[in-house]
Amino acid sequence: MRDQFETVIGLEVHVELATSSKIFCSCSTKFGQKVNTQVCPVCMGMPGALPVLNKKVVDYAMAIGLATNCEITKNSRFDRKNYFYPDNPQNYQISQLYFPIARNGYIEIELEDQKKRIGIHEMHMEEDAGKLIHDEWEDASLVDYNRSGVPLVEIVSEPDLSSPEEVVAYLETLRRTIQYLGASDCKLQEGSMRVDVNLSVKKLGSKELGTRTEMKNLNSFKAIKRAIIEERNRQIEVLEDGKQVVQETRRWDDNKETSYAMRSKEEAQDYRYFPDPDLVPLLISDEWIDQIQKSQPELRGDKKKRYIEEYKLPEYDADILTQSKKMADIFEETLQWCRQPKKVSNWLMVETFRLLKENNMEPEDIRFSPENLGKLINLTLDGGINNTVAKEVFEEVFYKNIDPEAYVQENGLKAIDDTEALKEVIQKILQDNPKSVEDFKGGKEKAFGFLVGQTMKVMKGKANPTLVNQILREIL
Amino acid sequence: MEIIKLSALEIGEKIQKREVSVPEVVKAFYHQIEQKEKDINAFITLDEEQAMKRAAQVQEGIEKGIYTHPLAGVPAGIKDNICTKEFKTTCGSKMLENFTPFYEANVIESLKSIGAVLIGKTNMDEFAMGSTTETSYFGVTKNPHNTDHVPGGSSGGSCAAVAAKECAYSLGSDTGGSIRQPSSFCGVVGMKPTYGTVSRYGLVAYGSSLDQIGPIGTNVSDVAAILEVIASYDKKDSTSIQRKDYQFMKALHEDVKGMRIGIPKGYVGDGLDDEVKEALYNMAKTYEKAGAKVEEFDLDLVKYAIPTYYTVASAEASSNLARFDGVKYGYRTEKSSGLEGMYNHTRTEGFGQEVKRRIMLGSYVLSSGYYEAYYLKALKAKALIKKSFDEAFSTYDIILAPAAPTTAPAIGESLKDPLKMYLGDIYTISANLAGLPGISMPVGRDTKGLPIGIQLIGNCFEESKLIQAAYTYESLTGGGK
Repeated sequence: MRDQFETVIGLEVHVELATSSKIFCSCSTKFGQKVNTQVCPVCMGMPGALPVLNKKVVDYAMAIGLATNCEITKNSRFDRKNYFYPDNPQNYQISQLYFPIARNGYIEIELEDQKKRIGIHEMHMEEDAGKLIHDEWEDASLVDYNRSGVPLVEIVSEPDLSSPEEVVAYLETLRRTIQYLGASDCKLQEGSMRVDVNLSVKKLGSKELGTRTEMKNLNSFKAIKRAIIEERNRQIEVLEDGKQVVQETRRWDDNKETSYAMRSKEEAQDYRYFPDPDLVPLLISDEWIDQIQKSQPELRGDKKKRYIEEYKLPEYDADILTQSKKMADIFEETLQWCRQPKKVSNWLMVETFRLLKENNMEPEDIRFSPENLGKLINLTLDGGINNTVAKEVFEEVFYKNIDPEAYVQENGLKAIDDTEALKEVIQKILQDNPKSVEDFKGGKEKAFGFLVGQTMKVMKGKANPTLVNQILREIL
Repeated sequence: MEIIKLSALEIGEKIQKREVSVPEVVKAFYHQIEQKEKDINAFITLDEEQAMKRAAQVQEGIEKGIYTHPLAGVPAGIKDNICTKEFKTTCGSKMLENFTPFYEANVIESLKSIGAVLIGKTNMDEFAMGSTTETSYFGVTKNPHNTDHVPGGSSGGSCAAVAAKECAYSLGSDTGGSIRQPSSFCGVVGMKPTYGTVSRYGLVAYGSSLDQIGPIGTNVSDVAAILEVIASYDKKDSTSIQRKDYQFMKALHEDVKGMRIGIPKGYVGDGLDDEVKEALYNMAKTYEKAGAKVEEFDLDLVKYAIPTYYTVASAEASSNLARFDGVKYGYRTEKSSGLEGMYNHTRTEGFGQEVKRRIMLGSYVLSSGYYEAYYLKALKAKALIKKSFDEAFSTYDIILAPAAPTTAPAIGESLKDPLKMYLGDIYTISANLAGLPGISMPVGRDTKGLPIGIQLIGNCFEESKLIQAAYTYESLTGGGK
């Protein structure tokens, strides 16, 4: 039965911009500071205070707009969105409704077997609200205005998405683009990227859109996927029961894996938007657009191409390394210390990704310095340490960012390439394992491997494997 | 002559010449306040101790040569919607009865930098909404010329204080005539500068696109001198404009030869009191005799000014005043009933009738389905009114107009019929809608002995022309005293 319906999804994505000061005052945007220490009359909505636009916010917004193929609005305005809530000190939010900074763009997403273009309806700039802290003991609510006035852009997609996979692909592409621009770190968990999902279902092939709901409180890609599936099923069930879907805002409960209605359209507020008389129209010149266009950093497509051409990496490697800006940055910085692109790529794609996965981390969470990774790879290349040791040392680099050269020295991990000493050890092993020697001489290559293994075991892995091989062959 | 009866510049000169000390001057004004205040009620907050402390500081600064400005040490009254760190800033409202800002307005910084002494905060219509200073939570201010009459509003306290010699000059704010109309009722000179000339930072907003702070003094020279101090480009106010000319005192010379002065026909028709009309024509004759060319002309769209003004100003006010909610500062209800209830009770108890009326009006014109029909239409009308003034100024240097339809009404008369009160703003609000400068000055008295004030309106950035014309009239006639 469910195959008779198709899902129509549009996304509203809020992104906190990486400016050092707020959108309408000079307060710091630093995250995690003591409550109400990064505030001033402007971001606390004191009487008589006036907003002044931070130009850097416009730079970032334009950069995102251009990277997502939008038209930049040359005569853009700010509007007031009026609603009462204590986290909103003026009881209006300065946003953009009538003349948003960018419109009519798209981004291309890559699905398993095809590419798809997802339209961007518009993107606007606005200020973030403060945070309410509910004190259960005192039965009171307190407000922290540190976040009040932190710059946001809201990117509103067209309803061009039809599955959880497409939604995640869209979000990953969008996030990557913004990270590449350096406009935001886009962390869902910390709230620097927030996603609202607008979803409706309609009969397959029908031209008429169904009634949509808006889903809030989605804090991970997993939650987004889950919520889309649940909401699609819920709407289909409602329709199959012969009832109507109610236009409403719903809140996702990730623990219960279900959503509940927050407010319906009837209760929806009238925001009484009007142009903010405290801010003058934002006139954007062609020169300004050109300047932003020219200073756009290398985005993923170009980077990937360059990795293949300049570093001779396989397409597969280039694809994975450029999936996050952070990983690409680490790759390029490591190259400064170790000029062997494929080796560096291998260390990142195998060991680094393994540890990230084991620890449930994102590339953005990496804390080690590329210098230390580079030194480590160099140690393996000049035979200073063997692979087994290198992997152990890498864990130290990954978790504690140790200097691998010093670490190897201090812990006596350097491979032993004292030929005489090795010879002695090997002689002893050959004596203890006459059967294997026989087997090898009888043509069994496997026996050779066993002898190498025994040697390494005795040497506690510190022997230079090349040298061990060489000596073994000589003696045998 | 008693020091308080001198103009601000005259007092400043005596201070610079060491003929009188700043503490002596402040003491003299406080003595006058003691005599007058119980009848006039021009001030909400006074603090003699603090004013005297500041006076001593400024005197020291003058002696060290730090303060050399002609207005250094001269005591000023400040309208109570302009933020000051030393004094509460109440906006004439119960909502901010105990509110002291921890920051101050740009104009206050400017005044302090030249060694001004702030004497106190003046009474006003609540949040500058009103034309009589009767809507203040802190009681009615009375007209010093006749205490049965209102001083006008909303800067009634600032104008009455200057007229009663309780301070040498004052600052007011003008959203729809709130400096010019009470100046005319109180027989003082008051000016609303071109929008963007004086920073609004620290002025508690009523109608942000219309609000401008301006000077009030006993004569044109004082007003020019004060404007020179407070006018500046301020990067903290996005609507502030960088001008080329800030030296307004240079315009203080007698000359209107060849000046083209226009009187809008719609301003001298029905509804204008005969004595005011006569005074206006007499003023016109004075100008003609002095070599100006005066004629009447049709100014379009005059009748749309009032609905346009009350739509735009109320809409902005409904949003500007939303921040007074009991959460962060100011009044909070005693009644405990959840967030919604706290909002409702706080705002019901904290705001007066007139403020609530305008918040409701403003919320209505911005609400979904009415935005296009009212607010957007009003914005278009505002643009057309500006255009019609642009056309007028292509022919005339100055527009001569009444400041109000009558002289000061009796106390209690206006609030009975708010709509009639709104219509009284007809001659002043157009200047706010078009962003134009206007100056109101005394030209005589009516048969009841109440001052008559006439207004000169200039093109944007042409304060100097207004000052020159006003100064010429004042010099020729003695300024309607």
